[in-house]
Amino acid sequence: MAAKTLFEKVWEQHLVAEPANEPTLLYIDLHLVHEVTSPQAFDGLRLAGRKLRRPDRTVATVDHNVPTTTNRLIIEDAIADKQINTLRKNCKEFGVELYDVEDIEQGIVHVIGPELGLTKPGMTIVCGDSHTSTHGAFGALAFGIGTSEVEHVMATQCLPQSKPKTFRISVEGELAQGVTAKDIVLGIIGRIGTDGATGYVVEYAGSAIRSLSMEGRMTVCNMSIEAGARAGMIAPDETTFAYLKGRRHAPKGAAWDEAVASWSKLKTDPDAKFDREMIIKAEDLAPYVTWGTNPGMVIPVTDRVPDPAKAQSDNDRRAFERALEYMDLKAGVAIEEIPVDRVFLGSCTNSRIEDLRAAAKVVTGYHVSPHVRAMVVPGSHLVKQQAEREGLDKIFLDAGFEWREPGCSMCLGMNPDILQPGERCASTSNRNFEGRQGRGGRTHLVSPEMAAAAAVTGHFTDIRQWEFKGEEVLA
Amino acid sequence: MQPFRTLTSVVTPLDRVNVDTDQIIPKQFLKRIERTGYGEFLFFDWRQDPNFEINQPRHKSSQILVAAKNFGCGSSREHAAWALSDFGYRCVIAPSFADIFHSNAGKNGILLITLPEEQVQALLDRAAKTEGYKLHVSLEDETVHDDQGFSAKFSIDPFRRYCLLEGLDDIGLTLRHADKLDNFEQAHNTKHWLAPRT
Repeated sequence: MAAKTLFEKVWEQHLVAEPANEPTLLYIDLHLVHEVTSPQAFDGLRLAGRKLRRPDRTVATVDHNVPTTTNRLIIEDAIADKQINTLRKNCKEFGVELYDVEDIEQGIVHVIGPELGLTKPGMTIVCGDSHTSTHGAFGALAFGIGTSEVEHVMATQCLPQSKPKTFRISVEGELAQGVTAKDIVLGIIGRIGTDGATGYVVEYAGSAIRSLSMEGRMTVCNMSIEAGARAGMIAPDETTFAYLKGRRHAPKGAAWDEAVASWSKLKTDPDAKFDREMIIKAEDLAPYVTWGTNPGMVIPVTDRVPDPAKAQSDNDRRAFERALEYMDLKAGVAIEEIPVDRVFLGSCTNSRIEDLRAAAKVVTGYHVSPHVRAMVVPGSHLVKQQAEREGLDKIFLDAGFEWREPGCSMCLGMNPDILQPGERCASTSNRNFEGRQGRGGRTHLVSPEMAAAAAVTGHFTDIRQWEFKGEEVLA
Repeated sequence: MQPFRTLTSVVTPLDRVNVDTDQIIPKQFLKRIERTGYGEFLFFDWRQDPNFEINQPRHKSSQILVAAKNFGCGSSREHAAWALSDFGYRCVIAPSFADIFHSNAGKNGILLITLPEEQVQALLDRAAKTEGYKLHVSLEDETVHDDQGFSAKFSIDPFRRYCLLEGLDDIGLTLRHADKLDNFEQAHNTKHWLAPRT
């Protein structure tokens, strides 16, 4: 039998039909739904008199629009309120289980899928959200879709897909202390650009990837789309199985053993061929900070803002100049000298328990700089609860952070959590596009540790030089 | 969906790389539950600048947008395609497009044409220089040409071409395979390790 990649194994298990001269019909195991990209899809079903084919393979939650303040049932923005109520009505009408704001299961869709054990290795997973690539951390083929495709999956539980190419990125060696999963993926995007993986499914491999926790792997796969990739995947292993075991929707007893036996086959065969390969040495990675208006505009924290004159093409030079103007930065300025006004710790990239633990370790014994407003938005109620059991909320609150309710929040500012024009933010989210966190706002993407350090010092700070006070405070 | 066969229109040049869907339609307009009415919000932030290409009277009623590489990157929001289409754009020409946007555009009858970077640059330059610069696009022949001697062949996935030419509904096409789907699903249902809930 021909050697196959992880992607090919998952792809082949989901082929419904391969009609000549048409895209392949791919079966979808799990469809995640949220309030923003679904109302028009439900409308489409109603108009055509179609049913939702598999409610048991569909799960909905509210995350993009919800307030992160304590009284979450009152939404002052009438249009957002209507959108959320529309999801409630649609879920009822079409028989879809909805995790609503007050439910313990509610959270960012890409946080709750894995933590409830809905996400499993070998599955195909879609959602009307580009960061669906997150679930690839489990060895699932997971990708974002538009609203027409949301409707298509609702009606048929499958999607016409052209077969993507394969791209293996191996990160070998050991990460230096202070260099995180976020830095792996920012380092990759910095090297290949925001369209470097367009048309490909990326498999992340190598010893540095294998030693990541599930939270870390989710961070890496989450930002695959920022390099243009259709999806990112990591082969499931003992770390994956240990994370899943005992989760609410994970198989139990004999079914668990059967599942693990099947999932264990989801590895790229030794002789399998990729369309493209790239190897990165872990030791060449550093804590990164984005300086511009897309995630590819990124440099190590110890560097200086680059000079547009050194751009590779005229087009790139103009884009650099535009980015510097928007970001109000001058070429040659040291990244560590750039002051921040806001710090956002959250988003589907970095709002899981491990992210909060890492940031809390940095801020323990310190206080947020007087010029900075800093906010922690846990990815889900379950993450929030866990953090509170561990006393992390107290560490953040004592240090002067705001401790919020779960949601997408300031990653995209669809709720009231936004930057004011001209404000500069160290953010653990995934996009530093113009206006992403609020019109005129300036976003710098960093790891949770780097965001925490910037909150304390009031400017970007090399986490590798940080003096941790945690143990002395506890002692 | 409106079928796409041929189109002649004034061209709007947008000489920027990596135009993301957050720029095409900013997030504050994604809260609506309708599928129409997004045109007025197209490039909302950039349009605050009176010199922005789309604001210029010479590009009024333009249906063809020409942009630099990686157009439509970022968020999966189909609202970006709805806004373009609602504003009147039926065709975008660029050296490359982001995947999800590519798919969303097709579902809304917008033809995306990929041409080599030098050819796109030539179109951008001509459109910037010539008032009322027009292109003629034929999906039937897979060609783009102007009245100044520019002529290019493009290629497009044959199935996408067929759907655009006929203005076909995707779900209906999939349901032609309903028997295969039923059979597949029956066998697939036994794989409990690929089911979301246990």
